[in-house]
Amino acid sequence: MNLITRGFHGRRGGDPTRIPPGQYETHDFPVLTVGPTPRVDTDTWTFTITTETGARHTWTWEQLLALPQESPHTDIHCVTRWSKLDTDWTGVSLDTLLEDVETTAEYALAHSHGGYTTDLPLQDLTDGQAWIAHTFDGHPLDPEHGGPARLLVPHLYFWKSAKWISGLTLLDEDEPGFWEQAGYHDYGDPWREQRYRGD
Amino acid sequence: MSTPATHLDGNVLAGPLSEVFAVDVTAAERHCAHCGDHGAFARLRVYTDGPGLVVRCPGCEVLVLRLVRTPRGLVLDLGGTGCITLPVDD
Repeated sequence: MNLITRGFHGRRGGDPTRIPPGQYETHDFPVLTVGPTPRVDTDTWTFTITTETGARHTWTWEQLLALPQESPHTDIHCVTRWSKLDTDWTGVSLDTLLEDVETTAEYALAHSHGGYTTDLPLQDLTDGQAWIAHTFDGHPLDPEHGGPARLLVPHLYFWKSAKWISGLTLLDEDEPGFWEQAGYHDYGDPWREQRYRGD
Repeated sequence: MSTPATHLDGNVLAGPLSEVFAVDVTAAERHCAHCGDHGAFARLRVYTDGPGLVVRCPGCEVLVLRLVRTPRGLVLDLGGTGCITLPVDD
């Protein structure tokens, strides 16, 4: 049994306008995990944005659901090569959550229940590019897929869309997350096949 | 609260870690610095379906090691290994 992949580079078939290089289309929704699945109760769920000055902005589950809701229809691309087209989500845009947050930070580190982290440029979380998603395909997001809420940043490889999201820390300097520390790309653009550091 | 995801036992580490270590690490004993769990590497929980191998303590689920093969080499993070005792010939 070969447990360590020889790497995820390479080209496969598919509509080149929808399927990035090296990806294949799946109609399943594979579950990738790095540990036990956290069971997060919405009664105690919070999402916190902490700025570079230490200011904290926190929303409860009820407060999140009271914000304007959006329903992005989008394709998603996992670094392990699968792409899933035409997915439907509901959630709150990061534009809405960042509206009253004063910051000059350039980066964000996403934190999850269970200890997972991933880093992104803050500008990739704004302008209608990212959401805190709580519904998939019309149903509450399953815990195995990150429920009750996950980050959704579909223009980057899906490891950036942190499951079980608990908060964002805004940073002046980039700080590598869980997979980025272990050799994966800091940005992760599937259309430029930025899988590994140095790609 | 969490529920276990699918994982394998530490015996599956024998192959991947043989590329790194000259001895069979699965025969090693590990003492967890986080929870005090003590036992063989074979008891570790190995998550294999992500972008790399993730290995966790059976006692507290703390991250023990990560192993990723990139085009530029193997990336091995032993940050949570704790203290290990390796078998050696007399």
